Amino acid sequence: MSISKETVDYVANLARIQLNEQELERLSRQLQGILDFIDKLREIDISDIAPTSHILEIKNILRDDTPGESLPAEKALANAPSKNGRFFTVPKVIE
Amino acid sequence: MKLNTLTAHELIEKLGRNEIISSGIVRSLEERIKEVDSKVRAYVRKGAQGCQVTSHKDGELKGVPITIKDNICTEGFNTECCSKILDGFKPPYDATVISKLKSAGAAVFSLKANMDEFAFGSSTENSFFGTACNPWCLECVPGGSSGGSAAAVAADEAIWALGSDTGGSIRQPASFCGVVGLKPTYGRVSRYGLIAFASSLDQIGPLTKDVRDAALLTNIISGHDVKDSTSVDMQVPDFTKSLEKDIKGLKIAIPKEYFVEGMDPEVKSTIEEAIEKLKTLGAEEKQVFLPNTRYAVPVYYIIATAEASSNLARFDGVQYGFRAESGKSGTEGSLIDMYKRSRGEGFGQEAKRRIILGTFVLSHGYYDAYYLRAQKVRTLIKRDFDEVFKDCDCIVTPTSPTPAFRIGEKLDDPLRMYLSDIYTISANLAGIPAISVPCGFTKKGLPVGLQILAKPFDEEMLFRVANAYEQATEWHKVKPKL
Repeated sequence: MSISKETVDYVANLARIQLNEQELERLSRQLQGILDFIDKLREIDISDIAPTSHILEIKNILRDDTPGESLPAEKALANAPSKNGRFFTVPKVIE
Repeated sequence: MKLNTLTAHELIEKLGRNEIISSGIVRSLEERIKEVDSKVRAYVRKGAQGCQVTSHKDGELKGVPITIKDNICTEGFNTECCSKILDGFKPPYDATVISKLKSAGAAVFSLKANMDEFAFGSSTENSFFGTACNPWCLECVPGGSSGGSAAAVAADEAIWALGSDTGGSIRQPASFCGVVGLKPTYGRVSRYGLIAFASSLDQIGPLTKDVRDAALLTNIISGHDVKDSTSVDMQVPDFTKSLEKDIKGLKIAIPKEYFVEGMDPEVKSTIEEAIEKLKTLGAEEKQVFLPNTRYAVPVYYIIATAEASSNLARFDGVQYGFRAESGKSGTEGSLIDMYKRSRGEGFGQEAKRRIILGTFVLSHGYYDAYYLRAQKVRTLIKRDFDEVFKDCDCIVTPTSPTPAFRIGEKLDDPLRMYLSDIYTISANLAGIPAISVPCGFTKKGLPVGLQILAKPFDEEMLFRVANAYEQATEWHKVKPKL
């Protein structure tokens, strides 16, 4: 598996991370090494094996549909880098 | 006797007899931090917020202070995961473990422990605030990611501490710093308020000066929590009861795969001596096989990074922490540009590497080849352990293949850094509990840790074996000279 600078750039965009040219170069080299190492997993026969996404044998856990206390708006907004009244503010998306 | 050097159970006894007061302990810790933390750097943001504590002194802990890793939410006290992207974040609520500690009478420290950014690392070098140092050798790393918690306990800058363990982040630094560190069974301790790294692997656990303190702290933080549906609803035993049992006749498994290439010869001989000691205490040794061990690190770096890339999507400069200004004006892409710049400037190199690797293995066309395959191999790794625990009581291994390495030694080689977790990662993949206890020193005076693993929800076995070993040795009493 080879990973080009273009692939890293594409994935970085999916992950919404801005990378500079130097980072792109270093990451494609390092990810290449890591993926070569990970490719060791190809040697195992996994055809009849079920995946483990979770080690506990638990099923969906439902709670009673009763309203409880939630975080008050001013507390939820207290850490916002930018806010206006009861809202988080972000750069303009639509006119 | 300086109060900061004592264990929590010793202090609780003294507090109970009214020989000392809680604020006296806090004061002795403050003095110690002032004296040595410019060298050890176990704590972060020291200038910004003094050592405030919050406590309810009427509980069983009687006001004994505790140190918390920077990724566990403490209401009103900065919790930044040692990342620029969470700059200034003051959680509006306490993690469940913190509420439990407060109602048990702990004095929760406002100063938080240093760590690798978002727990991504094995050395604490990835902290935005700069690396913590190993109290036994200041040129060496304390391990990671809970390196600050481990170093603070080892240097008597903390009585005890909480860390988190996703692939060894409690046990490996405990081993490097010569303290006790436990990763409980997945589901034993609520993860509510632990800022998530890899949700199917993360667990909060104690770092302490001895096994009794670890048992005591595990008693307090364990149990079902409606706010974490992966916390298991089952009775929590009194773990301190396990300390009364001997280990005569216990079957101790030694996995052949752990004693091969890559292990430091001094670590190897130290562990072999520890196994001999367990045998003189009445345990029986049995050689076993964990044939899929060699796949644990690659499986881990797929699953952990995939989950991390998803969990860290929430850090986008909108709700909390650092925001970079958008470079684009008007409506054309300015929001996305703000996200990308905030994340590009806010995350450190290792965080970016892991998020991008995780995004890649989950992306269209690669999911089956990487993520799904890794989950299937995870099943095989878990089965290996199930097989061994059919007729063995516990497994004994080194915690880490080497003692603490030098600062900077592995920083430019992520793969070598990842391999330093080779003995600890499997326990997270299989969800089983594991403890690291001090078992000796190298010729250069660096601590070595013995890892004990048991079947799910059998922490009692870990405390029993670890305590029997500790009582028969003096390693945990040796202190670093700072």
